Amino acid sequence: PSSSQVFVVRRDQDIYIQTLRKLFNESHGIFMGLQRSEEELAGKSRKAHLVQVSKNYRSVIRACMEDMHEAAGKFVSLKFGPAFLQVSILSAMELIWNLCEILFVEAATAGPLLLRLLDWVRLHVCDVDSMVREVLSSESPSKHKLFWNVVDIFVLQGRMDEARHLLSKEASANPTSMNMYKILDELMKKMPVPSIGNTQTLTELELKWQHWHEECQRYLQDGTFASSPHMESICKILLGDEDAILEKKELMTTWYHFLVTRLLYSHPTVKPVELRFYAQSSMDLFLGGESSPEPLDMILMAAFEFEIHQVIKECSIVLSNWWFVAHLTDLLDHCKLLQSHNLYFGSNMREFLLLEYASGLFSHHSLWQLGVDYFDHCPEYGRVYLELHIERIPLSTEQKALKVLRICEQRQMQEQVRSICKIMAMKALRNNRLGSALSWSIRAKDAAFATLISDRFLKDYCERGCFSDLDLIDNLGPSMLLSDRLTFLGKYREFHRLYGEKRFSEAARLLLTLMTAHIAPCSFWMTLLTDALPLLEQKEVIFSAEQTYELMRCLEDLTAGNPDKQKFQDDDVETTKVEMLRLALARNLARVIVKEGTVEGS
Amino acid sequence: MLTPCDNRVSIWSAGDLGNAGLNGEYHGEPHLLCDIQHNGDVMDMQFLDQERLVVASSTGTVTIFRHHQNNQTLSANHRWEKAHYHVDQDTSCGGAACTGVVCNNPEIVTVGEDGRINLFRADQRDAVRTIDNADSSTLHAVTFLRTTEILTVNSIGQLKIWDLRQQRNEPSQIFSLAGDRVPLHCVDRHPNQQHIVATGGQDGMLSIWDIRQGTMPVSLLNAHEAEMWEVHFHPSDPDHLFTCSEDGSLWHWDTSTNVSEKPSFLHQGGRSTAYLSHSTINQSVVSAWLSNDPTKDRMEITNLIPNQTLSVNSLDVLGPCLVYGTDAEAIYVNRQLFA
Repeated sequence: PSSSQVFVVRRDQDIYIQTLRKLFNESHGIFMGLQRSEEELAGKSRKAHLVQVSKNYRSVIRACMEDMHEAAGKFVSLKFGPAFLQVSILSAMELIWNLCEILFVEAATAGPLLLRLLDWVRLHVCDVDSMVREVLSSESPSKHKLFWNVVDIFVLQGRMDEARHLLSKEASANPTSMNMYKILDELMKKMPVPSIGNTQTLTELELKWQHWHEECQRYLQDGTFASSPHMESICKILLGDEDAILEKKELMTTWYHFLVTRLLYSHPTVKPVELRFYAQSSMDLFLGGESSPEPLDMILMAAFEFEIHQVIKECSIVLSNWWFVAHLTDLLDHCKLLQSHNLYFGSNMREFLLLEYASGLFSHHSLWQLGVDYFDHCPEYGRVYLELHIERIPLSTEQKALKVLRICEQRQMQEQVRSICKIMAMKALRNNRLGSALSWSIRAKDAAFATLISDRFLKDYCERGCFSDLDLIDNLGPSMLLSDRLTFLGKYREFHRLYGEKRFSEAARLLLTLMTAHIAPCSFWMTLLTDALPLLEQKEVIFSAEQTYELMRCLEDLTAGNPDKQKFQDDDVETTKVEMLRLALARNLARVIVKEGTVEGS
Repeated sequence: MLTPCDNRVSIWSAGDLGNAGLNGEYHGEPHLLCDIQHNGDVMDMQFLDQERLVVASSTGTVTIFRHHQNNQTLSANHRWEKAHYHVDQDTSCGGAACTGVVCNNPEIVTVGEDGRINLFRADQRDAVRTIDNADSSTLHAVTFLRTTEILTVNSIGQLKIWDLRQQRNEPSQIFSLAGDRVPLHCVDRHPNQQHIVATGGQDGMLSIWDIRQGTMPVSLLNAHEAEMWEVHFHPSDPDHLFTCSEDGSLWHWDTSTNVSEKPSFLHQGGRSTAYLSHSTINQSVVSAWLSNDPTKDRMEITNLIPNQTLSVNSLDVLGPCLVYGTDAEAIYVNRQLFA
């Protein structure tokens, strides 16, 4: 017996959160820019470009966070509701993306790697600014209870200048510690750090750093800072003493802050491949068996281990929306970092994620337009997905239908064009908008529908005895040629016009052509012949003998061709009509023979 | 500056011009002043006066909103429900989109997918006049030709003039494109020369018409690659024309470049040209719009959007400011159009 499961299917709720729309729209622009710029750059400039794209994505995330902050601020009830949650999710996304940018996109090497990680920690990990403001704005900062916390956190984040600045306040307030302060200040000032430009090699840096480290060691062992536990602990931190750093756990708040601080003070020239070991041990030391890692921790750990696929997989599981993984994976793919990791149904990971994301967009009444572009850049299945989705967009206004049509036409999706035009034409027809219906048929070059519309017009005419929508029929132009029936309609109307203008011989010729050239449908011949009656009855002879014979032949074809007795059972009107016609034709023939036989002259 | 956004009508402040820097640059972003929910898509809108705004909805309703400047709020002032409908006004799903609205205080004219033309007065509950079945196809746009005449364009490529003083429900004149009856989506009239009319079509073509003569356009200019949604003459500087399209571009058509052909006394300083015989300047420039051969040195055409992606649905221009909105849900403001 197999286990049965009930799945709860839920629509993607994120689409509907107002502020995220900005994220979707802006990132679409960045995505498109990235796809288009593919061929242009190479080498260093390409990498710089990709880093810039990454930064752009991140700034969009941050902009959304700010919007949400603002929105949440306005409504107290939302403070712990979905908006608040969203902000923290966005913040986590930006944290992860930033790390990926450093490790994968920029692929920072030993030296700059540490600097980037420091920036990352400073930007994301703990909110120092409010503490700093509080301390600095107080009357005697060095007496403030948070004073040493702030100094410590500056040191932990490698912000030496700021730490020294604060320490100087302590020194001026407390002259007895002046000596200690001067030494510590000097040590902090001299600390060797990696630089971005290639002003020194790693070996040089390591050498300098070694010297400096030994100097700090000497001062500590001499007991220079013995009388100030705070300063002593700072010196220990400078020496990379793990226990001293761990003591400041509350300030650092996270294991990855701990990791970066450790690296700063014990191994500033860390290489990317070495990160994994430090990361694992940092997490273990920090959490110390008290708490277990959260999903975010696992994602960051996977990043430090350079397991890109793991990062993406974990993110896909944790986040409720495909936005993040789709765009990040696409960017990483452009960095040529994803092996063609074929998933079992054939498409690669990048395409899979983009397809999922774009499909999600299609469930929104307006964001579907973004989805189209994403499908365009999925070479294997994009087109198929687009074909299926585009037909299901509700066409509430003509303008929307036109936009959908334009998309289909640009991609040579003929079937969808026909289907959409038919839907719109039927709607128009049902609402009695014959001109609109014709306009849609012309767009789709749908002859069959044009015939349908013409039949409608002709039916209206037969019922009412006059044409509706003359503005349309009189102005068909070249579109008249779309279908035979439409041509007939146009020509028939022209016949009426000619008759109205008393251009009888032209009208007569046209009428005859309509029948003999088989432009008119057989069902209409009776009407046409009846229309011929007034012309036959004119004082002046209009139809020539030839033409009259033609008309007679038409009449005979009409009556003889149908052996059904039904036609004659219809009503007497029919038989009367036929008789009248025969009579009129005969009379006309008589007159015209005489006329044509008469010699002109006297 | 206004924008429809997830069915809201919003009013934005494009920034206080007094805060502009020395070289006229302004670094602030437009910020939202107030907004209000709107039922259905906003198809078109126009200011009736300083405080009131008329909005056309895809549900067929036409609403007047009032902007209260003192407390920065919007309220619905008046509403004509089902101004546009198919077949039966009373059925719930019979609404037809109102596609265009134009105002000449206190008159308001609307057109829709039902081929109907409505004439409203701002404070009258019922329509002053309705022309049912004015057109057998969809009317896409309307504009005033004179105070008593309007111009409409439809989806079978016709430009029609309607005289509202006359009681009969027929257009007084019909113009149509030669060749294929490509639907026309937008129309605008030259601010000073009332016989010059510009229309934009579904194939992105810009047509210039002289309605004093003939029934066909004077010039056809191959412009965009997809539907042209809006066309606007610059209200105070009509040598300049702006068009926006589904293809994501916004074009600035500039016929003022033939200034160099004018006699030398017009060159003395920018100011003096404004005071010279205005009609002569206009006439020689007008001929540029009506000329059959817009060669390169007579008309300059610029695409104002560097990285186009999605459709530009709407634009407006006043003085040195250009505003446009795109399908990427973004509004752009250009405050230095002629810099």
